[in-house]
Amino acid sequence: MKKNKLLIQNSITYAIIIGCWILVQILASTGHMTSLMKGLLVPLCIYVIMAVSLNLTVGILGELSLGHAGFMCLGAFSGAFFTNCMANVIPSVQVRFFFALLIGALVAGVFGILIGIPVLRLRGDYLAIVTLAFGEIIKNLLNAIYVGMDQSGFHFSFKDTTSLGMDDTGVVIIKGAQGITGTPKAATFTIGIILVLLTLFVVLNLINSRSGRAIMAIRDNRIAAESVGINITKFKLMAFSISASLAGVAGVLYGHNLSSLAATPKNFGYNQSIMILVFVVLGGLGNIRGSIIAAVVLTMLPELLRGLNDYRMLIYAIVLIVMMIFNSSPKAIEMRSVFMDKIKKNRKEAA
Amino acid sequence: MAMLEVKNISISFGGLKAVNDFSVTIEKGQLYGLIGPNGAGKTTVFNLLTGVYKPDTGTILLDGKNITGRSTIEINQDGIARTFQNIRLFKELSVLDNVKVGLHNHFKYSTIEGILRLPRYYKVEKQMNERAMELLKVFELDSVADYKASNLPYGAQRKLEIARALATEPKLLLLDEPAAGMNPNETAELMDTIRFVRDNFDMTILLIEHDMKLVSGICEKLTVLNFGQVLTQGDTQTVLNDHRVITAYLGE
Repeated sequence: MKKNKLLIQNSITYAIIIGCWILVQILASTGHMTSLMKGLLVPLCIYVIMAVSLNLTVGILGELSLGHAGFMCLGAFSGAFFTNCMANVIPSVQVRFFFALLIGALVAGVFGILIGIPVLRLRGDYLAIVTLAFGEIIKNLLNAIYVGMDQSGFHFSFKDTTSLGMDDTGVVIIKGAQGITGTPKAATFTIGIILVLLTLFVVLNLINSRSGRAIMAIRDNRIAAESVGINITKFKLMAFSISASLAGVAGVLYGHNLSSLAATPKNFGYNQSIMILVFVVLGGLGNIRGSIIAAVVLTMLPELLRGLNDYRMLIYAIVLIVMMIFNSSPKAIEMRSVFMDKIKKNRKEAA
Repeated sequence: MAMLEVKNISISFGGLKAVNDFSVTIEKGQLYGLIGPNGAGKTTVFNLLTGVYKPDTGTILLDGKNITGRSTIEINQDGIARTFQNIRLFKELSVLDNVKVGLHNHFKYSTIEGILRLPRYYKVEKQMNERAMELLKVFELDSVADYKASNLPYGAQRKLEIARALATEPKLLLLDEPAAGMNPNETAELMDTIRFVRDNFDMTILLIEHDMKLVSGICEKLTVLNFGQVLTQGDTQTVLNDHRVITAYLGE
């Protein structure tokens, strides 16, 4: 009985996403879509993937990570790097984009493991601080590195393009603070939605499997989990690296949505990490559907309020506070349940 | 051969000899009690047996196999499961899932199989559910299998912890103050449960307890620990009537 309930819950989540896609298609074909909204569609998918994947670390594994944007940054750069390198080898943009997604996920996942090994030995606040530092290190490194490619292979430098020492066939791919330019704009809303569904598929199925239970057992009681023979390090690393590689996928999508990609504090800095954490906390720790809704609402809100100019961030802040209270304050939860009971009662009486 | 053979284990924390030269032999199928005043080092002995601490000296043999210095996870796989003095359940998981976590190392499929929902996932999950429900039935928890573990009443939480420990299919079960915080009725029920587990699961049980009614009621043999050292060991009645034991508990 419980299993069916779970199946229904998960199906609702998938249905919401597919419903959104259909709605957008209808709006677009009838011409009700402003260009502002069209520009928001892919970022919405990106933020939803980021929020869901961070929920795996924060809500399911129970470790506070503040460096999630760092993994997104890695995915974005490795994906865009691949697409630009292979421009002559694989002519089709779509095929290159597909492989870029795999590579972005792989690179971010591998870095997730590498960073996870030292970091996951820490707990609580310390872990948060160290992940924050790692996120910043990744961003700043990618901000400083120069990579070029010529006949003899790749050239790296931390100084400038001339010190790469390439011959005349050389092309500079990553230009330091300018980042990667000229990436084809391959990301579309449909691809974004497919990736969101894929992320949900991975995360929801993971949670309801043997490994997922082990991860949640570690979150609830580490000592007890160890006493029933669960390998703490293995499952912590597994959750952390899956979360990182999904962030990498979001990053590739981000990199292919803009023609020029640079690692600035605005897109991959810790503000971004905090913002995604806000989505997760607001949506409810461990609540995947909540993360999706929070990510969509809080990404749309500042854009929809653009007309209000100066008051826009003020309203954003107020909405955030009100939603937090409504979601998490004990009194508000009590009021909500009383309200829901009343509705149920009325329905019964009506029937 | 003895199920558990502990020879002269010691551990000190800084200058404090928490456990000094502790030895015990438990035969297969025995219900063995470890008692002693507060701070005598009983839980430290449990932590040494389960690999939370490594003994400074001495050896621990489980069913003839040397398990000294192995990690908690390895020792669990070797066959020792335990419960805790302060209940440690997976609070946010359902009662059923708590037991299924205990089954983790006995019913396996890979993470990939789990994510892709391959046929093996359904097959193994079905077996896990059946086995977990069997265990819950023994403890009369099958009707609350869908509840969150933290919503269970205290006595049921204690039982669930034992069920979870049994799910790991141990040879030796360690119970750390199973009757703590229970009223006399619950304690009586617990005594029946412990006996039932011993008989039906063919289990060897070592328990720490302060409730003398429970100890004298079910334990066949006792070891008394005082200031980290064995005060006396032997048959329950002989030990409980020993004047040194009474002195250790009540003073001169």
